[in-house]
This record gives sequence, C-alpha cells and structure tokens, in this order.
Amino acid sequence: MTVPEMSPATVPPALAIRGVRASYGRIEVLHGVDLTVPAGSVFALLGPNGAGKSTLLSVISGQMRPTAGEVVIGDKPVGKLSTQKLARTGLCSIPEGRGIFPNLTVRENLRIWTYRGGLSVKAVEEQTYGTFPRLAGRRGQLAGTLSGGEQQMLAISRALVTDPKVLLLDELSMGLAPLIVAELYELVGTLAAQGKTVLLVEQFVTTALLVATGAAIMVHGKIRQQGTPSDMATAAHGVYLSS
Amino acid sequence: MTSFLQYTIFGIILGAGFAIAATGLVVTYTTAGVFNFAHGAVGMIAAFSYWELVANHHVPAVLALVIILLVGAPIAGALVERVLMRRLHGATAERPIMVTLGLLVILTGVATIVWSPKSQYQLNPIVSGSFRLVSINLQYQQVLTIGIAIALVIGLRFLFSSTRTGVGLRAVVDDPALLAMSGASPDAMSQYGWILGFVMAALAGVMLALTQEQTGISIVAMTLLVVNGYAAAIVGRLKNIPVTFIAAIVIGLLEDYIIYYLLPHLSQGLNSDITLALPMAFLFIALVMLPSVRLRAVGRLSTVRVPRMPSGKESVLGGAAFFVLAVIASVVLSSVVVRGTNLLNLGGEIMAFGIVGLSLVLLTGYSGQVSLCQFSFMGIGAFLMGKVAGGGSLFGLVAAALVCAVLGALVALPTLRLRALYFALATFAFADAVDQGFFQDSRVFGGGINVGRIILPGLSFGGNRSEFLLLSVFFVLVALLVLTIRRSLFGRRLVAMSDSPAAYATLGLNLAVTKVAVFAIAAALAGIAGGLYATVNGTVGSADFDFFSGIIFVLFVTVWSIRTVSGAFLAAVTYVMLTTFWSTGLGLVAGAGIILIGRAASGILGIDRLSTLLPLPWVKRAPVAGDSGTLAGIGTAPMEGETRVAG
Repeated sequence: MTVPEMSPATVPPALAIRGVRASYGRIEVLHGVDLTVPAGSVFALLGPNGAGKSTLLSVISGQMRPTAGEVVIGDKPVGKLSTQKLARTGLCSIPEGRGIFPNLTVRENLRIWTYRGGLSVKAVEEQTYGTFPRLAGRRGQLAGTLSGGEQQMLAISRALVTDPKVLLLDELSMGLAPLIVAELYELVGTLAAQGKTVLLVEQFVTTALLVATGAAIMVHGKIRQQGTPSDMATAAHGVYLSS
Repeated sequence: MTSFLQYTIFGIILGAGFAIAATGLVVTYTTAGVFNFAHGAVGMIAAFSYWELVANHHVPAVLALVIILLVGAPIAGALVERVLMRRLHGATAERPIMVTLGLLVILTGVATIVWSPKSQYQLNPIVSGSFRLVSINLQYQQVLTIGIAIALVIGLRFLFSSTRTGVGLRAVVDDPALLAMSGASPDAMSQYGWILGFVMAALAGVMLALTQEQTGISIVAMTLLVVNGYAAAIVGRLKNIPVTFIAAIVIGLLEDYIIYYLLPHLSQGLNSDITLALPMAFLFIALVMLPSVRLRAVGRLSTVRVPRMPSGKESVLGGAAFFVLAVIASVVLSSVVVRGTNLLNLGGEIMAFGIVGLSLVLLTGYSGQVSLCQFSFMGIGAFLMGKVAGGGSLFGLVAAALVCAVLGALVALPTLRLRALYFALATFAFADAVDQGFFQDSRVFGGGINVGRIILPGLSFGGNRSEFLLLSVFFVLVALLVLTIRRSLFGRRLVAMSDSPAAYATLGLNLAVTKVAVFAIAAALAGIAGGLYATVNGTVGSADFDFFSGIIFVLFVTVWSIRTVSGAFLAAVTYVMLTTFWSTGLGLVAGAGIILIGRAASGILGIDRLSTLLPLPWVKRAPVAGDSGTLAGIGTAPMEGETRVAG
C-alpha cells in the first residue's frame, strides 16, 4: 500500500479545529483543542483512555455542540450544521463499536448508505461485495449476527461507497483479529490514495502509525504534541507511561 | 355445517378487524420502539370524529375518511411525536409505558367531555348492500374490512423490507445517531413513524366502529376493542406483520367459536362477562406463551437518581410527625362538610389510597416492575372485607392480605420472566379481566356491599374521627414497613434487580423468588388498603375499583414521585380530591401531569430545576456540548436526574 507523501505546510487543510471546548453537563472534557489535518492525509489521533478523542470526533461530526471554538471542513465553518447535513456534505463518521444497524440485514444496512444521496442500492451492493466478498454471502443475514470483522467491514463500506471528503474512524481495530485489522487498514490506505482525508482515532499506536502520514497525541482534553508518525511513535511511549 | 361455515366466516371478519388494529401496534413498535397503550384511544377518537362528521354534519363517508386518515391523524401523530415522544428515546422501560398511558387517559377524558356517554352513537356502513356466498349472507362492508386488512399486510411488508423509507423507519429505532451519520434525519423518521402509527390506529378505529352497527359505539368499548389486537401483536412479537395477521384471524375465529359453541352451555349471568373478558384472556395467554427474555449484560443502561433514603430514626420521627398532623387535622376538619362530603371521610379514603400508592413505591419505585393491577387487589380486598366474618372484621383484613398475596404470586409466576413492557401488559390484562369478569358481575358487588366500620377488640371506630385516625395509623405503619424493607438486605436486592437483572443473576441470586416475593407483598398491601377503604364509607361498589381509575392512580403516583412515601401520599390526595370534586377532569389532570413532567424522571418531588418542567418544543436549553448526555445520543436528551451510559 502506498500513501502519497505530502508536506503539511503546503497542502490546504481539509479539516481544521480551532480552540474547541466541549463539556458533558458541567464537566469540561475538551479544553481548547487546535488541530489541522491536511487534505489527502491519514492523520492519527492518539492518546490514552479518557483523553477526549471520541468526544472530539463527536464534535466534528455534529453530534455535540462545542461550548467554544470552531470546526472548519474545507473552507466552511460547520459548527451549526446537523449530523445528517454534515454527512450529506461529505463527512463520513464511523463511530466506536460497530457503525451498523444490528437489527437490519446486510442488504438493508447498505440501503441506508444511499441516504448520502446520488447512490443506487445496486451500485452500493456491487461495490461493497466487490471489496468484501464475504459480505455477499451474508446479504440476507441480520447485521447483529455477523462476526466482529464482518460488522466492521460493513461499517467501513459506508466510507467506501459514499465517497466522502473527510473520513472519521473511531477505534477501527477494537476487538478484531490482527489479520482483519490489516485488511481494514489497507482499505484506509486505498481511500487516502484516492484523495480522501482520514482522521483516525486509536489507542493502539503501532497499527495506526503504519498508515498515518501525520499524527498528534491528545492528553486530558488537549493536543500535547503533533508531528510525523515516527516522532509521535517515540513521544507516545512517554505519554502512555506517564498518564 | 352451514352454521359452522357461517361462524368461521364471521370469525375471519372479526379477525380482520383485529388485524388492522394489531398491525398498527406493530408499526408503532417497529418505527418508534414504543408500545402505544393509547393506540385504542386514538382509534376511538377517530371513530367518534367519523361519527361527528358523517352522522352529525352529513359529510359524505369517503370525504370523512379522507379528512380523518389523511389530515387529522397525521397532524395528531406528528404533534404527539414532537411534544411527547422525542424525549423518550433511551429512557427507562417504564417511562414510555407511563407516557402512552397518560395519552390514553387524556384522550378518553377529552372524548367523555365532547361525546356524552349517555347518548347513542350509531353508524351506517360505508358500503351498503350484501350478497350471498354459499347460503351465507355477507355484507360488502365486511368484505371491505377483510380487503383492507390483507392490503395492509402486503403493503406494510413491502414498505418495511423493500423501500428505503421503510428500512429507515426501522433503523431509527436501532440507532438514531448512526442514521444521522448516514445522512438521514432521525427526527423526521420518528415523526413519519408516529404519523403512520396514528393513521393505522385511526383506520382500525373507524373499521371496528363500523362493525358495531347494532350496539353503536361507546368510548370505553371502542378503546378496549383494540385490545383484541394486542394479543395478536404479541404473538407476532411486535415485529412480524404476517404472523400478527394470522394470529389476529385465529383470535377472531376462537372468539367466534367460543361465543357460539361454548357460551350457550354456560349459565346466563356468566355469558356476557366472559365475552368481555375474552380479549384480555387471549392477551394474557399470548404473553405467558412468549419465550423468556434473555438477560443482557451489555447494552444501554439507564439509571435514575434515587432520592435520599431517610434513616430508621428519621422515618420514625417523620411517621410520628405525620400522625400528630393527622390528629390536628382530625380536630380541625371534624365538622367541615364541602358539597355534602365530610372532609374527614375523604381523609380516610386518602390514607387507604395512600397505602396503595406505597405498594407501588415498593413494586415500581424500588424494584422497577410496572403494575397496572393494584386496584384489582384493592377491590378483591374490599370484597373480602365485606364478606368475611360478617363484614368489618379484622379477619377480613387478614383474609384480604393473604388472598391478595397468593393471587399476586399467581399473576407474577408465569409472567416474571418477561421483560418490563410485557410484564406491564400482563398486569393490564389481569386488571381488565378482573374488572370485567369479576367486579362487573352483578353477584359480586351488585349495587354495592355493606361493610360497616372496622371492629377491633375493645375499640370502637364508629365516629369519623376515630376511623380517620385509625387509617392514618395504618398508613404510617405501612410507610414505615416499606421504608424498612428498602433499607433491609431484601430492599437492596430489589434495587439491584431493577438496576441489572443480569448482574443480579450472575451473583447467584434468584430473580424469580425476589420478583414473586415483592409482587406478592405489594398485592397484599393493596388488598389491605382495599379492606380499609371499604370501612371508610361503610359501603363499596365496583365503580370504586374501575380499570381506568387504576391506571389513572398509577399515573398520579408517577407524576408526584414513585420512589418516595410523600409521592404516594400526595398522589392519594390528588386522586381522592379530584374523584370527589371534579371526576370529569381526573384523566385529563393525570395525563397532563405525565406530559408536564416529561423531562423529570423522578416526578415532581424529584425536580431540582424549574426549567425541566418546560416541555414546550420552542423552549430550548442553551446549546451546550454534552446536551445529548451520551456519545450516541442524537436528539436523546436525558431525563432530569437520569444518567446514561452507552454500553
């Protein structure tokens, strides 16, 4: 898998987060996050449990409103857009756990992906089954009864077929066998090669940094460090041990 | 043979009507994840609106149908979703039950005001005329009912499996946040779901009303007619439309066969009662035959902030203070008569209903089981109090407690393995069956039975004051008992069971024993309350323990606070005052209360911020991150005092 090398300084950002603060009730969990993700890059957001990574993704995808700061996708501030509008304007967010509807069949899940607009069920099915032949044999099965790997394939098929500009992936590797993880990350690489910007959140550093072109470490609701994947690999050890 | 064929065809026609009602229930459950107890009431309103338009204002039948099904029902459905239901996603199991019950009592309350129950409401078929089929006379109207039922099954099956909107309607129940991330609006989807559900309910109401050609339509009968559909919907597990349809037809046939073949062999008096109790009997059987619920360790967890438990000393002091106040009240109120009613007698009634409220605190507040049949136990207690040892005897009270405890255990045993909604439905069925099949029987209460004042050895309670004080003592004692249970090991087990049945079972504790025990204790308390209630006025009748009143009372306890003794007491005050001075408004106030506390999971007494009382759609709280309370919670603001954990 090849990922085009890009210099963060010259490429315009696909996603910019400026001074974002967010809280659950009275408890603030993001204390002013600044992050710039260059277009076409695979950016890994690392950090220990409870650092606020998933909360940041919720803010970006419009599920939570920040108390301060702004989120800019492309050149448009998107703070006021609802989750579904963001999805229709090219943001694909695959949440932690499995981003599927467990009580719908595989085919019915794929039918939901067509809400993104301009897609036919047939095309969605063809593309998904072409990439993941295993799902073709399970098209009539309830998604909740698939194996963990198959569920994640179904979830990521949404990113595959809806052609998003920005893709948010939360803990893609969680609870999966290494072989499946490798297969999924290969797909992430392919998506990036097609020019999509990927922001992935991972607790497990090595898997994420294998495909990443840039990375940042988040601790206690703030970005602690940002740099190249190799720099972050070294820095991450210190952070994980100290926090 | 001809008669068998005739009964079969009529059974199928009856079943087709039930099928229309049942598929509507399944539609609402599939698209909203809520079992709509008000489904029948919506149908009833639609049927009366149809009567209003056609019979009263001479609007052509087809135009009336269009107005009701394409204008009225959709607007009502959208409104109910927006104001009542949107905030319920992810709430504890009992909340949607209470809210839809609230809607049920509001709608029946409104209907009682608009369409006087005393008048006759006759309807003519939409299509008149008939034809002969193998020597049986069939009306076109009946064929139309069957046709609509079949068309609905095919149409809905197609909608939910082969169209994107149908799949989206199912997806919104699964995961609204993910649906939004996929580009669809979960709010719009929920709204479509409720609109569809209301249209189906209205259709069922009108079609069933048209089958009531001979008797005319009545508010209670129309509301409960849809209950026939409940059993079919349960057989279809609230999701399978074709199975629901077949079950509805089978129930229609069974009901017809029982009425024509079995009932003529039974005594005259029993006939009508059994016919009325049949739908609930089918529902109970359908529930009992459901497979056990699987205990799930993972999933969304809802916890409600529990009010602080008073210590033993505080409880005793509180009880003593309450009694002192009761003594003062007994002096002040002894000769006050308002509109012909002695206030001390009302005080006695309040104490009795307060004890029923306490049984709900124990059962629903602590152990999380929703019971809609506490009034049944109360009525049975009152009946025994009147019949045992010549009436008014202490033995009557003991008998009331024992018989109700055993009956309670018998109701709980077959149903305790069901999940909260089905358990509540089982108590709903039991309550109505007891009301229709027992209380309404002229040989039980008749015109009212004479109980007389309670007789305790060496003491006389002939005066209103002594009676009131005696009931106050009983209330205080039961309150102390309930609080002591809560503080005991058994009480901690109840809360643990309510929090996580799976964790409870994995600790090696027996769910079944605990559930049966608490249900039996609560039933016994309600029985005692009934016995005491019977002695307040000396006479008691079936109207005192009416099925709808039982539901309204549960709603009042929920509105005040189903987790505290004060909540039980205030609910009793509200209930008794309204029944005495403004009985028309009883259901309306209870329903409005439930809607008003829409955001407050712990009832009025659990509210710590006034803003939580504002359920109006245009009153928005500050847009703060975390407003949704959970990472997965689009449009799912948590209830006041409720925290949620995405599992």
